[in-house]
Amino acid sequence: MNVTAIAAIYKFEMARTFRTLMQSIISPVISTSLYFVVFGAAIGSRIQEVDGVSYGAFIVPGLIMLTLLQQSLTNAAFGIYFPKFTGTIYELLSAPISPIEIVTGYVGAAATKSIALGLIILATASLFVDLHIEHPVWMILFLVLTAVTFAMFGFIIGIWADGFEKLQIVPLLIVTPLAFLGGSFYSISMLPEFWQDVSLVNPVVYLISGFRWAFYGTSDVSIALSLGMTLVFLGATLAVVTYIFRTGWRLKS
Amino acid sequence: MQLEEDVSPILSVSGVSKTYEGGFQALKSIDLEIARGEIFALLGPNGAGKTTLISIICGIVNLSSGEITVDGADIGRDYRVARSKIGLVPQELTTDAFETVRDTVAFSRGLFGKTKNPAHIERVLRDLSLWEKRDNKIMTLSGGMKRRVLIAKALSHEPELLFLDEPTAGVDVALRREMWEVVRKLREAGVTIILTTHYIEEAEMMADRIGVISRGELILVEEKAELMRKLGHKELTLHLQEPLSGVPAGFSDYDLSVSPDGSMLTYSYDTNAERTGIGSLMRRLAEEGIRFRDISTKQSTLEEIFVNLVENRA
Repeated sequence: MNVTAIAAIYKFEMARTFRTLMQSIISPVISTSLYFVVFGAAIGSRIQEVDGVSYGAFIVPGLIMLTLLQQSLTNAAFGIYFPKFTGTIYELLSAPISPIEIVTGYVGAAATKSIALGLIILATASLFVDLHIEHPVWMILFLVLTAVTFAMFGFIIGIWADGFEKLQIVPLLIVTPLAFLGGSFYSISMLPEFWQDVSLVNPVVYLISGFRWAFYGTSDVSIALSLGMTLVFLGATLAVVTYIFRTGWRLKS
Repeated sequence: MQLEEDVSPILSVSGVSKTYEGGFQALKSIDLEIARGEIFALLGPNGAGKTTLISIICGIVNLSSGEITVDGADIGRDYRVARSKIGLVPQELTTDAFETVRDTVAFSRGLFGKTKNPAHIERVLRDLSLWEKRDNKIMTLSGGMKRRVLIAKALSHEPELLFLDEPTAGVDVALRREMWEVVRKLREAGVTIILTTHYIEEAEMMADRIGVISRGELILVEEKAELMRKLGHKELTLHLQEPLSGVPAGFSDYDLSVSPDGSMLTYSYDTNAERTGIGSLMRRLAEEGIRFRDISTKQSTLEEIFVNLVENRA
């Protein structure tokens, strides 16, 4: 195991985050604060409690998830896409490192960043609403599993993308709608029955539901199902990444 | 006790072929062995397969068939051992933009699994006249400086075998000479160097052996000294006052030819020979009353040898 190489990639990627502190950390915090002002304070005050939780507090797990999904995905995607774009990928491919070490470095850094962001948003949210976390260990577990899974997904997108448009298209057109429709701002049980069934096709429902359960002990689907589905997504991304490196798809001719 | 010199090749390429998706065959069964400590120049026109060969050895492109070992380590099975011995300076100026020079070089060392060694990084940067720029962002550097950064990155992990893919392409004369100096120093330090170049002069200056690749085939591998011997071949052309219909009788001792219109008589000779025969030829021509208006001489360059080789194959 070339631990030094993993550390080098990780450090390189984290340095990128710190160079772009404004864009990386401050902007998600500001946009989350805006969600709180609009949905929590302005609109939320007119909405009754959901599952016994005030609306302002109810949306916190969903908001963290929303940022977590977007950030882990775009960070990992950009992290591996940029060396492809500039050509510096030659160094990664010619270094004595295994695919799993490359993925660990990039995905680890992207996940770390998005988890840090999630925690910052949690801290910001606590300024607006009263928060209590019933199952903190599970909360951290879901946070980490989701960040890693979506960083892997982002890594795949970064390898697949051959232009900036493709890099943007998945987060914008797929992940954001799925996150919004996955129960970030409402409980699935508030939907008509037909749309509840449709929602169950949305993988993000399971992530948000599990994460919200860790906070408040209530969920749309069972916690076992949430955890199981999260692990299935993680397994699926792992399988695709393994395939990519085994075949050199989009990396080696 | 004196250690025996290791005579096994540092690089062994056998039967390596590459066919890209779409059917283009970039390399056709290449065999090549590189000795430790030598400088090998790979010449060839654009698209001949030079970069493909280097990319395969370094692990950037998959090979279709054949076998490559670096210091005995197979590039597929023992890729960690093989790659850790190789440094690659790519043809394109592919650098990061926002990192500092020192950080990017230290990153490369880490990527190759070597623990930090600031003293080595400093030595490399100083040797490449980059020390003053160590805290500059790469994007602020000139093209020549970026080229040096790429070399510094390749040397960061102390490779035994260094690939320089067109190291002096687009580099001004002064910097080119500096690059040659760097290569010389590396060679003194025992690094084996394989360089590709378009500049024949560069190959003449630097290389111990020269390989010519054309259309995916390695059509010549020769000691530079042997090629230089061929370079000793020179031509003397006499521009005649009166055209000749053919080589005059009695001149069969000389390697003479007449141009199709009869206006020029060309004498080929070996500059390394004890006697070139020019003096006697001139006297004989004067005796025969063959007069000329002008004289020119021309030495076949490595470039011509190269172009002839490539064209003959075409």
